[in-house]
Amino acid sequence: MTATTELIQQHLIDPEICIRCNTCEATCPVGAITHDSRNYVVNADICNLCMACVPPCPTGSIDNWRSMPKASAYSLEEQLGWDELPEVLHEPVVASAPQTATAQQEAAATFVASDSQEAQAFTSSSYGSTLPPWSAAHPYVNLHGPKTPITAKVVGNVQVNDAGTNNETHHIVLDFGGVPFPVLEGQSIGVIPSGLDAQGKAHHARQYSIASPRNGERAGYNNVSLTVKRVVEDHQGKAVKGVASNFLCDLKIGDDVQVIGPFGSGFLMPNHPKSHIVMICTGTGSAPMRAMTEWRRRLRQSGKFEGGKLLLFFGARTQQELPYFGPLQKLPKDFIDIHFAFSRTPGQPKRYVQDAMRERSADLASLLKDGNTHFYVCGLKSMEEGVVMALRDIANDAGIGWEQIAPVLKREGRLHLETY
Amino acid sequence: MTGINYSEKIPNNVDLSGDRTLQRALEQWQPNFINWWDDMGPEGSTDMDVYLRTAVSVDPQGWAQFGHVKMRDYRWGIFMNPGDQERKIHFGDHKGESVWQDVPGEHRANLRRIIVTQGDTEPASVEQQRHLGLTAPSMYDLRNLFQINVEEGRHLWAMVYLLHKHFGRDGREEAEALLERRSGNDDNPRILQAFNEQTPDWLSFFMFTYFTDRDGKYQLCALAESAFDPLARTTKFMLTEEAHHMFVGESGISRVIQRTVEMMNQLKTDDVNKLRAAGVIDLPTIQRYINFHFSVTIDLFGADESSNAATFYSSGLKGRYEEGKRNDDHTLRGEHYKVLEVVNGQLQEKEVPMLNALNEVLRDDYINDSVGGVERWNRVITKAGIPFKLTVPHKAFHRNIGSLSGSKVSPDGRVVSESEWSVKVDEWLPTSEDRAYVASLMGRVVEPGKFANWIAPPNMGINRQAMDFDYVRFN
Repeated sequence: MTATTELIQQHLIDPEICIRCNTCEATCPVGAITHDSRNYVVNADICNLCMACVPPCPTGSIDNWRSMPKASAYSLEEQLGWDELPEVLHEPVVASAPQTATAQQEAAATFVASDSQEAQAFTSSSYGSTLPPWSAAHPYVNLHGPKTPITAKVVGNVQVNDAGTNNETHHIVLDFGGVPFPVLEGQSIGVIPSGLDAQGKAHHARQYSIASPRNGERAGYNNVSLTVKRVVEDHQGKAVKGVASNFLCDLKIGDDVQVIGPFGSGFLMPNHPKSHIVMICTGTGSAPMRAMTEWRRRLRQSGKFEGGKLLLFFGARTQQELPYFGPLQKLPKDFIDIHFAFSRTPGQPKRYVQDAMRERSADLASLLKDGNTHFYVCGLKSMEEGVVMALRDIANDAGIGWEQIAPVLKREGRLHLETY
Repeated sequence: MTGINYSEKIPNNVDLSGDRTLQRALEQWQPNFINWWDDMGPEGSTDMDVYLRTAVSVDPQGWAQFGHVKMRDYRWGIFMNPGDQERKIHFGDHKGESVWQDVPGEHRANLRRIIVTQGDTEPASVEQQRHLGLTAPSMYDLRNLFQINVEEGRHLWAMVYLLHKHFGRDGREEAEALLERRSGNDDNPRILQAFNEQTPDWLSFFMFTYFTDRDGKYQLCALAESAFDPLARTTKFMLTEEAHHMFVGESGISRVIQRTVEMMNQLKTDDVNKLRAAGVIDLPTIQRYINFHFSVTIDLFGADESSNAATFYSSGLKGRYEEGKRNDDHTLRGEHYKVLEVVNGQLQEKEVPMLNALNEVLRDDYINDSVGGVERWNRVITKAGIPFKLTVPHKAFHRNIGSLSGSKVSPDGRVVSESEWSVKVDEWLPTSEDRAYVASLMGRVVEPGKFANWIAPPNMGINRQAMDFDYVRFN
């Protein structure tokens, strides 16, 4: 990561809410917080994001974070002059500093149904719907096919974990300039890696779910973001260099990329304001969940939303490896109800997304009964079965009857499975 | 007698279970405390489950413990900030010596008096506020009131711990007396007069938590500098809780103002009668409440010249606010400070030895801090585009302690005649009509997510919970 592109999470205190009680300054173990007669402020050069100041703050004003290029982080002098926080320059809900993404391998290794007999009789994929929810927006698909790809420009490529790990994950932003490329959350695009394959032919396109909402990674711009893990081994652990993921991760700002699409007309979010969304994902399967969450967040921010619940079950090996962990923590609890499941936290029992779902079975049961609820599952193929079985058991235990409700979910476009 | 599980029931980091004497003393005191809570704690709250923050340890994560509990079963704990073996006295005549882990004989009486005076305010404010739950403007506010009440209770525990641990039989008797005095009781009142006043309505409550609990903050800050290390460590920890109380006050008043200016813009009027007819609290009334609470609170800092203050400082019992951040010799001999007096009908400054003026020093620090919050309230008014400015009154206004006591001074700092005072006092201090109007607004609103008409909702829930979260379950 070079100094010029390095993004930091800058910790700021909201001067409109802060009551200047000095608790944060007294708590900070590294002396990053200071004040004058006007404001309490955080020195970005010293703050190590340890979060020690957050729980003791009586107001919640302490809990503000902005993704900033390190070079242009707000100085103490600027912060001391504020009456209110500045506008967010660029507001990725969960994109700003994703960490590592190895959840796919984790999912591959662990989402195996415990009861193999039962598993044989159970075909989870048959429950997935291909229809969108009734209130989904109408998608555009296949505007640009393989014979007529368009050229997008790379406007952002941030490596979001340490160089040298074998789980390198990138957040990549592609801009389409003036070329129409309308997308919806849950859709995907195809990327054609440059160069030729072993047979001397052009590479075929690889599909990636977009991670940004319909009005752009940056609201009002004709761009999309992708979350890409550099593939260096296959699902069995053999060393294999993924063609497209390596191509994408190596892109530089200003590079051109051949893109086709958009694709997908079923895995789309409901739009009516009382609809509930239950999202279940691992690893880069979080991309469409991020897109839907961010769209709802933007709607809510502009006062256009009411009532609809968001529930997220997100699995990874450890908290450190879970993409977007930090930014997700910042979302208000009354906006989204988040449950993490970590399967490799030292000293803790293994916990998978379906375990987290079973813990919330009472809530999931009532959501299953509610015709406004839509379920989305995205991640590696092997997670699908465990998740759908968990839904089945929850429905059966609550007396709803899986065999009664499952066809309804499918017919109404309320259960979507996108696994790979 | 039911045994107390000290590692669980009373969370503590003072090795309670390893100190048999202390254990026995607290075992005797605890049932009396619970009796006091049942008698004088929040009225009618026994069966309610309240979403409370409980401190379970002194590290930052120890604060993040939220859950629904019955207040009676709140885990009243005894906490001290971690000790520093190397800590030295950093002001007064003992500057440079090691801090005291036990009470030196010659300071025993003064320290006991300081601790008892501080401790007495804690149950007193619970008593003052015990009826407010019946007129809460929302479930959110009801929860905040209860959080303050249990934390005041915990502060009482903190002071009682010091009395039991360090003052022997005297301390135990003082601890009992803390449960026997009653706010506003003619026969056995609380020690400080401000804690015998009523807190009749929520506007008074918010003013009290903004202004009077801030006095608590300044007193605790001064005690957190003390050479008596257990007192310093205890009060440091209490400050974190005190911060929540001031938050309730500052945000509470801010929300009242927010609602008022919304209504002023909606009705396009600043006519007090129209605004009152619309059920909001007009800005001039808010100004009069500020004048009252500010002036009553700055009296709490004591006489402007005080030889006791000098003794407390020089002997190391009580420092100044942010003593460690000041650049002077920290003994203050030969230093001077200006205090106010009325001479020939004029307010004049007079130089006095700073050691004698330390109450005034702390009062001035407090005033600077209070002004900041009032300026933040003004921003709410400015943002709404309304030309009105709230201010704190002159510090000589409406004083009843010290050399200014009884002088007639206007809020803008003019000495006025008796007759001018009696003509204008209704513009300066809340009238019985003001109080009756505010009281008339106090209906109970406790449906989740609903707020009384005279106050705006907060901009975020407690612990980021939803606005319609059930902060209090009535059962």
